[in-house]
Amino acid sequence: MKSIKKKIDEIKPQFEKGGKFEKLHSVFDGFYTFLFTPNDTSKRGVHIHDGNDSKRTMIMVVISLLPCLLFGMYNIGYQHSLAVAADMSFVEMFYYGLLKALPQIVVAYAVGLGIEFIVAQIRGHEIQEGFLVSGILIPMICPIDTPLWMIAIATAFAVIFAKEVFGGTGYNFLNVALVTRAFLFFAYPSKMSGDEVFVSLGSSTAVDAFTGATPLGQIASSTQGAVHLTNVLGEPLTFWDTFIGLIPGSWGETSTLCILIGAAILLITGVANWRIVASAVVGGFLMSWVANSFASPLYPATYVSPIQQLCLGGFAFAIVFMATDPVTACRTNIGKYIYGFLIGVVAILIRCYNTGYPEGAMLAVLLMNCFAPLIDYCVVEANIRKRLNRAKNNV
Amino acid sequence: MAEVKRIKKGLDIHLYGAIPNKEAEELLASEFAIVPDDYLGYIWKLDVKVGDKVQKGSPILHDKDLAKINICSPVSGYVRDIVRGERRKIEAVVIEKDDSNEEVLHVKPTVAAEIIDLLCRSGLWAMMRQRPYDIIPNPDVKPRDIFVTAFDSSPLASEILTSNDTRILEVGLKTLSKLTDGKVYLGVKYGSGISSTVANVTEYYGPHPAGNVGVQIAAIKPINKGEVVWSLDARTVERIGYLMEYGTFDSSAVVAITGEKVCRPRLVKTNIGVSISSLLTNNINDDCDVRIISGNVLTGYKVNLNDGFLRYPYRQVTVIPEGNTADEFMGWASVNPMRYSVKHWFPAFLRGLSKQFSFDARLKGGERAMIVSGEYDKVFPMDIYPEYLIKAILAFDIDKMEQLGIYEVAPEDFALAEFVDTSKLELQRIVREGLDKLYKELN
Repeated sequence: MKSIKKKIDEIKPQFEKGGKFEKLHSVFDGFYTFLFTPNDTSKRGVHIHDGNDSKRTMIMVVISLLPCLLFGMYNIGYQHSLAVAADMSFVEMFYYGLLKALPQIVVAYAVGLGIEFIVAQIRGHEIQEGFLVSGILIPMICPIDTPLWMIAIATAFAVIFAKEVFGGTGYNFLNVALVTRAFLFFAYPSKMSGDEVFVSLGSSTAVDAFTGATPLGQIASSTQGAVHLTNVLGEPLTFWDTFIGLIPGSWGETSTLCILIGAAILLITGVANWRIVASAVVGGFLMSWVANSFASPLYPATYVSPIQQLCLGGFAFAIVFMATDPVTACRTNIGKYIYGFLIGVVAILIRCYNTGYPEGAMLAVLLMNCFAPLIDYCVVEANIRKRLNRAKNNV
Repeated sequence: MAEVKRIKKGLDIHLYGAIPNKEAEELLASEFAIVPDDYLGYIWKLDVKVGDKVQKGSPILHDKDLAKINICSPVSGYVRDIVRGERRKIEAVVIEKDDSNEEVLHVKPTVAAEIIDLLCRSGLWAMMRQRPYDIIPNPDVKPRDIFVTAFDSSPLASEILTSNDTRILEVGLKTLSKLTDGKVYLGVKYGSGISSTVANVTEYYGPHPAGNVGVQIAAIKPINKGEVVWSLDARTVERIGYLMEYGTFDSSAVVAITGEKVCRPRLVKTNIGVSISSLLTNNINDDCDVRIISGNVLTGYKVNLNDGFLRYPYRQVTVIPEGNTADEFMGWASVNPMRYSVKHWFPAFLRGLSKQFSFDARLKGGERAMIVSGEYDKVFPMDIYPEYLIKAILAFDIDKMEQLGIYEVAPEDFALAEFVDTSKLELQRIVREGLDKLYKELN
């Protein structure tokens, strides 16, 4: 290691001010600090520091996403094999999914990090790690057949207009990955919903019985009351299918089981705030229960049982990995309860009563992102009032 | 029975190099210094020039506007050097101790005005602090209450009170009680058994920063806008008591020499402002670059072995590795259980944070905008939203700062938050600069 470090230190001056590659300073610095923790020591203030930094924090989220990521790749292959009636082994299915998913991940990272590098260089900042998480989230919440150029455009839009214009990681008020998804959803609706995009057929043709609609898609397009969910071959789906995640959908978010593993990692280590997750589950469950109690044929989604509601679509994924984004969530503890609860309520509310949108989790989180500062404002204002009252009563 | 208060939020950080016992050895030293930077809120002018003979307790510096406030010599001897920095700023007044034992004697005052004059004259006034602003108090403003802390909960700190005899402390507390219409509060460690007939004694139970006077004020009676409280440590109160009883300046100090890189951690008895070299020569394990800190690792000042001096509050020096040659490979991926973090995503958590850890002075990460929420709150035991207050200070929004409680805090209250901060922001500097700017703006 010492010799590598020595070599890098030798070329370092070329990337510093006045050096030959001055324009690549931020990129160099990004890679350098990735490889070696800087030896910078504190100049003033506390003399010792906690071992945690933002790199580690972000990596923890990426690790917790791995079960969903790997399962998602397998599920792409599995859905494909069902749809084209191909006899594929486990490894073949996974390999098929890997080949489909990898380009999306590469494109999202390349575009997002590229912009991040350029902006860091212009501003003279260090490279910020926030996009490490966003970059992997973006493909996972997209249908597998999303064209790569769409992912590139949407990522660029989100990184520039949802993050960099506000000052970069830590200053954005909307979740970058969800802005990407929302951009795709509204700009290219035909590629983001419907029966064709969630199952990768490749060059093969689907079997006759094939229907590529996601469970929530089937519910939304239903015209008569309670819906019997089916898989891509029209066979009935059980609750366990939806829990394990062997259903069509945005490829990273179908498996509630894997999301629970990720949630366990995030909550046990404390990376994600349990207040948000718990109150979102409570909110979602309560709203589903209310909707289910007043089920109406006008709104077919209301026939879905509360537990099933939590397992379908992007709800679980959104509350575990998106709602808990500390930058865009509420920052006060009381605020976090309110914020999480309302995400749960609004997500199911949209899902049940706005039949135009089969899924409401994305919009619920984005909406509450907008309200998070207001909730915090009220919480902090209560503290301010308390202080004022204390002063008044003392006089 | 003293009232017991439990401080729930906070963090005890366990470093290597604690002092093994409470016995203090006598230290022979000849070089002492006054560092004006330790005394905030006033502009100091010299009373002496190089070569002047000084007695213990005779004035070395006085305030530009309030000439009666002095900082006094801790020893008898002569002024050997006046160290100046940029724009001729006085950085230190170095005094060489000689064998003479002459001391400046004071009269014993009885009424408040006389007491204040005597405290100002003796240099002890400059060792008190007031909130808001965490500066030396203004003698013309009567405080609402006076808060005294009798224990230091910071890492590796020793006891503030070294003798069991509280008679002198009582005299000091009684003197202070004449200076306020309110009460004198004495904060002691849970189970220490210190009692007082003059002051309201409160026992504190819990992790650092339970010993910080700011936390104690917040737990008893928070400061409101327009109010002033004074804060002292119990050692200063003892010095006031000594002055009242014997008429001279008690400049003795028991200093804890602590830290991983100290060969023999111990307590020594010396005087305030003693040179670092006399404290540490031949007692540093210098197999690597070391950082010498006058004070504790959270709030102390970085000093040099050759030209550094013991700084206010004159209780502790800590020596830790500098760490500038650590070259840690992919430190963010570390699974080393010896790498300390309060976050549960490091294996150190499994080892147990109550075990001792080695620390160097590295930041262990780059500075970022605030990302993780709620980390400051966990180590900030006041009814304040630290994150919002910091943001208000950065934006210099005076109204918001007032509303969010800037008058209640001092930089030291943010030290633990600065330690745990993922974004490695310099919170104590931000608060200090905020207080200074606010003071300038409003006075």
